[in-house]
Amino acid sequence: MRSLSRLMAVMRKEVRQLRRDRLTFGMIVGIPLMQLLLFGYAINTDVRNLATAIADEANTHLSREFVAELNATQVTNIEYRVDTAAELERMMQSGKISIGVAIPHDFDRRVADSTRAAVHLLVDGSDPTIAGIAEKLRSMPIGFDTGAAARNPGLIEVRPYYNPERRTPMNIIPGLIGVILMMTMMMFTAVAIVRERERGNLELLINTPVTSAELMIGKVVPYIGIGLVQLALILVAGRLLFDVPVRGSIIDLYLAAGMFIAANLALGLFFSTVAKTQFQAMQMTFFLMLPSILLSGFVFPFDGMPVIAQVLGEALPTTHLIRLTRGIMLREATLGDMPGELIFLGAFAVAATTAAALRFSKRLD
Amino acid sequence: MKSDLAIRARGLSKHFGSLRAVDKLDLDVPKASIYGFLGPNGSGKSTTIRMLCGLLTPTEGRADVLGFAVPEHSKELKPRIGYMTQKFSLFGDMTVVENLEFIAEIYSFPAAHRAARVDELLENYDLTEQRKQFAGTMSGGQKQRLALACAVLHHPELLLLDEPTSAVDPQSRRDFWANLFRLAERGTTILVSTHYMDEAERCHRLAILDHGVKVADGAPNELQQSTGMHVVEVQADDPYHAQTALIQLPGVASVTQLGVRLRVLIPESVDDPVALVDQGLRKQKLPAKSRIVPASLEDVFVAVTMKPEQLAA
Repeated sequence: MRSLSRLMAVMRKEVRQLRRDRLTFGMIVGIPLMQLLLFGYAINTDVRNLATAIADEANTHLSREFVAELNATQVTNIEYRVDTAAELERMMQSGKISIGVAIPHDFDRRVADSTRAAVHLLVDGSDPTIAGIAEKLRSMPIGFDTGAAARNPGLIEVRPYYNPERRTPMNIIPGLIGVILMMTMMMFTAVAIVRERERGNLELLINTPVTSAELMIGKVVPYIGIGLVQLALILVAGRLLFDVPVRGSIIDLYLAAGMFIAANLALGLFFSTVAKTQFQAMQMTFFLMLPSILLSGFVFPFDGMPVIAQVLGEALPTTHLIRLTRGIMLREATLGDMPGELIFLGAFAVAATTAAALRFSKRLD
Repeated sequence: MKSDLAIRARGLSKHFGSLRAVDKLDLDVPKASIYGFLGPNGSGKSTTIRMLCGLLTPTEGRADVLGFAVPEHSKELKPRIGYMTQKFSLFGDMTVVENLEFIAEIYSFPAAHRAARVDELLENYDLTEQRKQFAGTMSGGQKQRLALACAVLHHPELLLLDEPTSAVDPQSRRDFWANLFRLAERGTTILVSTHYMDEAERCHRLAILDHGVKVADGAPNELQQSTGMHVVEVQADDPYHAQTALIQLPGVASVTQLGVRLRVLIPESVDDPVALVDQGLRKQKLPAKSRIVPASLEDVFVAVTMKPEQLAA
């Protein structure tokens, strides 16, 4: 009973201080919107109309059909037709084209022979995105060894079923929920304890009957509310600006996000108990921010990462949230379909809160 | 175990690496009295106070505060003590009333009496006009009154004050001490650290700390009578050169200049200290008048913190 009223007192104090901190309050709304606009409009991994040159030395019915299919993908834009493969190399070197397609004169025979490559694809490897796209194009000549495959090239499987227009915002915004909540939530609590230590408030607080757990929980709970408000903001803006739907249950989405928020707040709190200054606390959150953006599947496809990166990625709460949000928002999945992800987030939150409460000693030495 | 002591410490020590911040401190603080810690910065005052309220674990020794061993039973102790930090530690972005209410909630002060208690404190500590003001925007004296009001809100039996007056003007200090005497009169034990002599003089009892060691303790007047030193006051025409001449005399332990006067400390083993001073000054042809005066607390402080080689002089 006393414990509950002390907890309420700490929470009321936090909310009161937060309300008066105009800058932080502005950041609650400002950060998600800025990030959403920035990432939503700027990040575009749709690769279309890559400048392409064709050297068709075979010039048969089959080779012309192949070129037509290639053109139909819209990934390539055939701007040049040249005579030899050597010319393709020169054009690539001068930056005129990103992709060169060399069709050898024995194209028809090569297509029939599954041990030999039928087409040589020259790719500008200096741009990783283009290289990735070309990797997908490669499936085309290999699947070309029968007549049926020739009429139905394998390129269609490049198109993701759940995002047929291959619009980047569809992938970005569910992921962005994870990244934005991670950044703001962790930052808020990472400085929470350190700030009170720097201002001297902590020396007063630890001399009162308030317990470590009351102080920790009292600081975390108000921010969960803020995180959920941020989520609403992202969803509404995502819908209005980028037409990103929530196909699954909104309640599931909120439950998943709530768990994720708790995990990040607890982690921030843990940082706060380790750091001696607000600056150190910030450094620690930045340390986690980059892997959370790069290794969580937000930017690069998770399955394409090296094993070590995948192992690291699995340890990050953001990875699990992004799987949940993409699942719920795009694939119409429910939490029941992905229980492991939710359990991970819950376990992470409990572990980090415990670690923070243990770390935070009511003593100064 | 009922005791008349609010604090009893034996051999209390705190080492930070090779630094002995507090070294084998014995302490007896009687209840309902004002007990002072006098010492320069770094003498171990704050460290001792922090050990006594359970914030720091002693390296050696033990302390019982209000009958509770610290730091083992500091949880039970917390509701019974009030603590005022050296630095203002309330919330600058909350108003005076909000700070008081927060403290009341944290100490589980009965909700029915909370508002009345807050009003009473505002009245007693002259903060009624500032009740809606943000604590961070107040003057040093106002902040200090608020800090004291928060420290006593829950009627603690023991009040630990760590250099409470270091940031306030003389008038605020006088008012502050008036408040302390009122609290002590009602039975609160007060432990206060200071480096001001005039404040130390107001305490019922006093311990002088130097480099973590207690070098003297007792009532201020007891200490003044038992310095082991003669105090000779010298009024010289040229006090600066007189001081230079006197400090070189064998038998003179210390010379302090106070305006045109000098205070000369000479061990009690010297039979005629005035003659010693007069002869020394005459030899240098420095005219001066000397007389024996009672020791002040500052003389006590100088005498007890003196290095052994000076005493041997």
